[in-house]
Order: sequence, then C-alpha cells, then structure tokens
Amino acid sequence: MTEILITHGFVIDPTQNINGDVADVAIRDGKIVDTVGSGAKVIDAKGKVVMAGGVDVHSHVAGPKVNVGRLMRPEDKLFKSPMAQEKFRMESGFSVPSVFKTGYDYARMGYGFVMEAAMPPIHSPHVHEEIHDTPIIDEAALPVFGNNWFVMEYLRNKEVENTAAYIAWLIRVTKGFGVKVVNPGGTAAWAWGLNCLKLDDKVPYFEITPSEIITGLLQANEYLGLPHSVHLHQNDLGNPGNFLTTIDSLKLAEGIKTKNKFGRTQVMHSTHIQFHAYGGENWGNFESKAKDVMDYVNKAKNITVDLGCVTLDETTTMTADGPFEHHLHSLNHIKWANTDVELETAAGVVPYVYDKDIRVCATQWAIGLELGLYAKDPERVFITTDHPNAGPFTRYPRVISWLMCRKARDATLNTFRHKDKVIEATTLDSIDRELTLYEIAQMTRSGPARCLGLSKMYGGLAPGMNADVAVFDLNYKSMPTDPVAIEKALQRAALFVKSGEIVVRDGTVLSHGHKKTVWVNVKMPENPQVVRDITQCFTRDYTVGINNYPVRDYLAPHPYVIDVDVEA
Amino acid sequence: MAKVILTPKKVPELMLEAPCITTDAFAKKTPAQIADLEVREGKIPFKLGEYFEIVGNPGESAAETEIEIAGDCSRVKYIGTKMTAGLITVKGNADMYTGGWMKGGKIHIVGDVHSFCGIAMEGGDILVDGNAQNHVGCAYRGDWRGMRGGTIRIRGSAGNDIGTFMLGGTIIIEKEVFIHVSTHAEGGTVIIKGNVTGRVGGQMVKGDIYVLGKIQHILPGFTKVDQVRKEVDGQTFTLDHYIGDLGERHPKSKGKEIFANLYVRAAA
Repeated sequence: MTEILITHGFVIDPTQNINGDVADVAIRDGKIVDTVGSGAKVIDAKGKVVMAGGVDVHSHVAGPKVNVGRLMRPEDKLFKSPMAQEKFRMESGFSVPSVFKTGYDYARMGYGFVMEAAMPPIHSPHVHEEIHDTPIIDEAALPVFGNNWFVMEYLRNKEVENTAAYIAWLIRVTKGFGVKVVNPGGTAAWAWGLNCLKLDDKVPYFEITPSEIITGLLQANEYLGLPHSVHLHQNDLGNPGNFLTTIDSLKLAEGIKTKNKFGRTQVMHSTHIQFHAYGGENWGNFESKAKDVMDYVNKAKNITVDLGCVTLDETTTMTADGPFEHHLHSLNHIKWANTDVELETAAGVVPYVYDKDIRVCATQWAIGLELGLYAKDPERVFITTDHPNAGPFTRYPRVISWLMCRKARDATLNTFRHKDKVIEATTLDSIDRELTLYEIAQMTRSGPARCLGLSKMYGGLAPGMNADVAVFDLNYKSMPTDPVAIEKALQRAALFVKSGEIVVRDGTVLSHGHKKTVWVNVKMPENPQVVRDITQCFTRDYTVGINNYPVRDYLAPHPYVIDVDVEA
Repeated sequence: MAKVILTPKKVPELMLEAPCITTDAFAKKTPAQIADLEVREGKIPFKLGEYFEIVGNPGESAAETEIEIAGDCSRVKYIGTKMTAGLITVKGNADMYTGGWMKGGKIHIVGDVHSFCGIAMEGGDILVDGNAQNHVGCAYRGDWRGMRGGTIRIRGSAGNDIGTFMLGGTIIIEKEVFIHVSTHAEGGTVIIKGNVTGRVGGQMVKGDIYVLGKIQHILPGFTKVDQVRKEVDGQTFTLDHYIGDLGERHPKSKGKEIFANLYVRAAA
C-alpha cells in the first residue's frame, strides 16, 4: 500500500489532547504511523482541519426494517436521488437511502465507522448482506436482547451466568457486536397488544419487569467484558413526562462496575436521549426536561448517551419498539408497517414529518440541542440523529452547526410559527454556549470510539490506529462566522482517507475502499444448560433449524474479529 | 406572451425525461441556452436541442412565456413539471407525468396523455382534448399527499385511480372512467360525465364526487341520504346523494362526523 503524508493541517485529536496544532499525519499500510519515507504521497492540508474519521454510535442503516422503509416509501426517493457518479453506483433515497448512498454519504462526511443499532438476531444474515453491500465504511451490528425469550426466562430466575452464556452464543452466531436493548419488556408485551411504559410494569407471561431485564443485562454484559456496554433504548419513548422513567433507568447503572479490556468506561449507553427527556402530562403542556436528564448524566460517570437530534425533515421512523410505532401511527395516520420477530423482538416503520411549524416537533428540535449544550463531558455525549428516526444522518453537519453557533440556532428558531411557545417550553434560548470543534471531535470521534470499546482502532490519530483521516475545508484559527459555511465544509470533506486509501476528495467519491465488518467473538466455556435450552427451543419454537440460524462466513467476507475470552 | 416553438426532430428510442420543458426553465433564456438544457434518455443525459428544434425567444418571466410543441410527444415525459405560470401547448400526445407537481399556469394537450397527468398538482389548469390513461391527479406512488389545487379537464375518457389521496382542486372527466376514483381522498372535487365501472370513493373521508353517468357498483361503504338538485359544471341535474366511506373515519374529525359526498345522476 502507498504511504500518505497529510501536511500542515490544523490537527484536532482529543485522544492525544491535540487542539488545532499544525502538524503532519503519516499513514502507511492502513495505519497511522510516526513517519513515512520520502516517497510518500504528500497532501497539503494547509489552512484545513484534520480529524480522525467519524464514528457513529447509533444508526439504522442495514437490515430488514430499513428495507421495509425503503420499500414502503418510494416517495422518499422522489427528486432526492442524484445522478450516479460516473463509474459508481446509483444513489437513491433521503431518509432511508440505498446502501450505496449510505456508504458514499458517510464517507463524504468523513465517517469511517457506523454501528447498525438494531439487528433482529434471526434476520442477521440479511443485516450482514446489507452491511457487506454498503461501500467504504466499517460497520458492526448490535443484536437486540431486551425482549428475547431466553433472556427474559433466565433473568426471571436471576440466572445472570446463563444469560451471559446465551448472549455469548448469540453474538457469536449472528456475528454481532454487543447487547442492544429496545423498550425492554415492552416489545414482548406488544405481542399481547400491551406495552411496558414504567420500569415495574410486568411483561405478560414472562412475569418480569423492565428494570429486572436492564439490571440483568448490565450484569451479564460486564460478566462477559464485552467491548461495548449495554446499549439501551429506554421504555416510554416519545411520551410527555417520560423523563422520570428515563432517569430511573439510568439509575439502574449505579453500583455496576465496568470490567473490560477495551478502555470502555461506561456500563450503560442510553441512546437517542432526546426522545426520553420530555416533561408535561400531555401534548398540550409538553415541555423539555433536558436539564434534569443531563444533570444526572453529567454526574453519573458510568453512563454515556447519544442525542438523537430532530433535524426538522420528513423522515421515516423505524424501531424495534413495536408499540411505539403503533402509537405514532395513530397520531399521524400515515402508513404503518409492523412485524413480530419470532421469540426475539418486533419492529415497526412509520413515516414522520417533523414540521418546524408544529409546536411539538419544534420543541423536540430544541430539546435535542439543549441536551448537547448541557453536556459537561463531551467524551460521554455523542451526536446522532438516531438515523432515520429523528432525521437522516446526512444532517449531522447541520446539527453540528447548530451546536457550534448560537446564530444558527436563532436563525432556525426565528422561522418557527410557535417560536414563543418553544422558547417557553425549553431553555434553549437561554443557552449561549457554543461548542468548539474540539468538543465536536470528542462527540463524534474519540467519545463514541471509546464507548464502543474501539478506541485502539477508531476515533483518533495516534500511531497504530486505523488510518481513517478526514480533512475539512475549515480554517481552525479563523472559523467562518457563517454557520452555513461550517455545515457545507463538514458535509463534503476536502479529503477522506479510509484505512489508508483516499476514498473521497472534495466531496467526490474516488474508491469503494476496503470496508470491514467488525464483530465480537466471545469465547467462554460451554454452559450445558444453555446449550440444551437453545437446542430444545430450536426444535420446539423456532421456524428455522439451529443449523440454518448462524451467519455464514461468506456473508461477512471482510471481517475484523475482536476476540473476548471469558474466564469461568 | 413571448412564444417559443419546439419542433420534434427525432423520436427518442427510449422514453425521454424532459422536466426542463417548463416556462420557468425557459424564461429569460436564449434559444441556444434552451437547447442546452439537460434531458435524459434512459440514464444518459442529452441536450434538449438534440431532440427539438427551438425557435423564438421566451419572455422575461414564466408568466410571460408560452411554449408550443408543434408535434407529437408520445415519448416525452415530465412536460411542465413544477411549472408556476405561463402556457404550454402540445399539438399532439404527451407521455407520463404531464403537469406533475404543477403550481400555476396552463397546459393544453391537443392529443392524449399517458398516466400520471397532473400528479400531486398544487394549482393551475390542465386541459386534455383527448383521453387520459391512469392516475389522473393522483399522489406520487407511496405518497399520502395528492392533488391540492388547480383543475384538470379531460375531454375524453380516463383509466383507473383518478384523484387518489386528493386534498383539493377539481378533476373533470367528460367521458367514462374505469375504476378507483378518489381513493383515500380528503378533499377536492371529481366530476365524471360518463359511466364508471365502480370502486368510487373507497376509504374517502372528505370531498365530493359527481357522476353524471352510471356507476355499475356503488361501494357498500356509501349510503344514500337524499336527492338534491345541483349545478355541475354549468348544468343543473337531479342527483342521488350518498355519504361515505362509512368504513373510514376522518382522522381529524374530533367527534364531529365528516363524510365524503357522492352524487350520482338520478334515474329519469
């Protein structure tokens, strides 16, 4: 592989505490190195910002529900599908883009790693096929556990070890990455037409509560010492007054210690916290409780969160939170898809229009930004839009420009029909804080990489790390005062090097790169009871045989396997 | 009005996608600049001038511009897409999506139009002297927001799926229609002067349909309430008044009953 030297850029790398120093970044054989030879390809980044490749901690980009979104929303492609770049694949879609557009657009924004946030285990072969089809970016997927029959039965009997053994088996056979929990218990209750909105609501038949599921999974996750913590989509998403449930769920992490060899410091990652920071009793007196939630998050060092910022676009919501999607459908009366995934989870898809002139949507927008601005430790608060639920990932640059410029926030706020009501229901108008690019790098690079246990590979520019390097046309010493210029620069990287190969230049894709599928191979001594339970269950309950269940190696042809050895 | 005349030079091998044939795109341009506008045959971009001979200068704005296509456009799609003002006349047939997403102005097709004429239209007038195929004034596939305003008048007959998801505006079809009229509609008016095979107003929650011919099968969701005399497109008729679709509820009715109206010409 060729050597590359990116010279004279303003380097921003929170992992090494480098804040805008003019320095060179050397790349050899897909890794960052100290020096390269004189034959290296030199790229002058003078007057530009050089950062590590972005790491997206939570995004729905591959798998059956994304595909349902693509199928049910042909109108999402209308007038929003640019002509294909010559010699490259057709790009289509906006809120649920095709796999090619997903890969290209992430690369254009300088993102190198994306976590598919919810993989239904039985459909993991499909998820891996789509991941393999997505060019350039490295990806991993989190299988969902929060409503799994095995998990609920083991945890009802307080069998954390058995739960851990089951998790180890499932992550291995699905080539998954960690433990995703979506509306614990609630999605299982949805099979009875019910939901678990409170932490002590019992799941029908399984007689277990969401708090028991969360606590059990937190313990099992640390028992295994996985790279990533429990990745929690909490109960009671998107309802007024849910912030109390949110804080109660976060409190479940108290007293649980991290145990891992990957540099991860948190035991719980609470995702798209924007949807969980609502006060009020109904949509009439709906208000922000971002401050309350962030006050707790700022104090609790063993928690990370991502924002889930509303971007005020027409989008497609999709989640394994089946009852929530039904609720949303009954609010907006647009089309709705719903499915039950045998023994494991469920899912729903509903298009949604975040209209800036609807008070609730505008308030949601403000809450997402408030959460980011209240963050005391940007290493634990990450920028996402819960793509595509609160908005498409292609809006990250816009979210960043809102977080970085009060002017940009005011400009958007001033276009709202219910501006005064939004100001009244939130504290956004009273916040003058403007995040720096260094803090943005923490929220999009070093922080998420550490949260995922991938800080040795992604999120930084230290020698030995993956050579994912993004160069943006921003002068760090005199940042543009126009937020639109910041957005534009971040939307189209001047240069993006992925695994040591130049894949994007001036926003144009140059190569399909060398993508990898990252998965975790948990090795632990065989647990005879769990083996027997799994075998029995496949004979009795599943519609597929146990031999047809695992993801075959050919479906993830470019794996990067992280081995985790669990001591008995 | 300044007039630009487009004369077809060759018949495209594939369907030609020409959303640039609008008064908005032509205004203020020279014939050479108009000839330079991009069209697509299949996925390959070409210049408009390769397919049409362009004579005349357009006006300073869309409203002052008239486009005349002096020939057949059976293989040209998207004529008048998103147009806001002015006039387009096609002296022949036009292909799909004619006048789609149109906001104002007028389009006159002397021949027939293919499907999706006036799709998701917001304003303006479309007049078709011949027949239309399917999906007149409907929503884009998958979309729940159909025609919002404007008028489409088809002097001939039309196929199926007329005014799907319609929210406003008027569609007048002077001869017969096949099936599916105003499905899912939440407003607007459809007038059909000929016969309709059936499935009129399925899942419709608001809006009016007038049928001056006969409906072979009225949907069971519609029930007859009275007989009225009403003026329809300039003439007065005695009409049987039905309300429906009783199987659907208006999402924003908030307890107040809102129904769609179906008027069918009463037997003499």
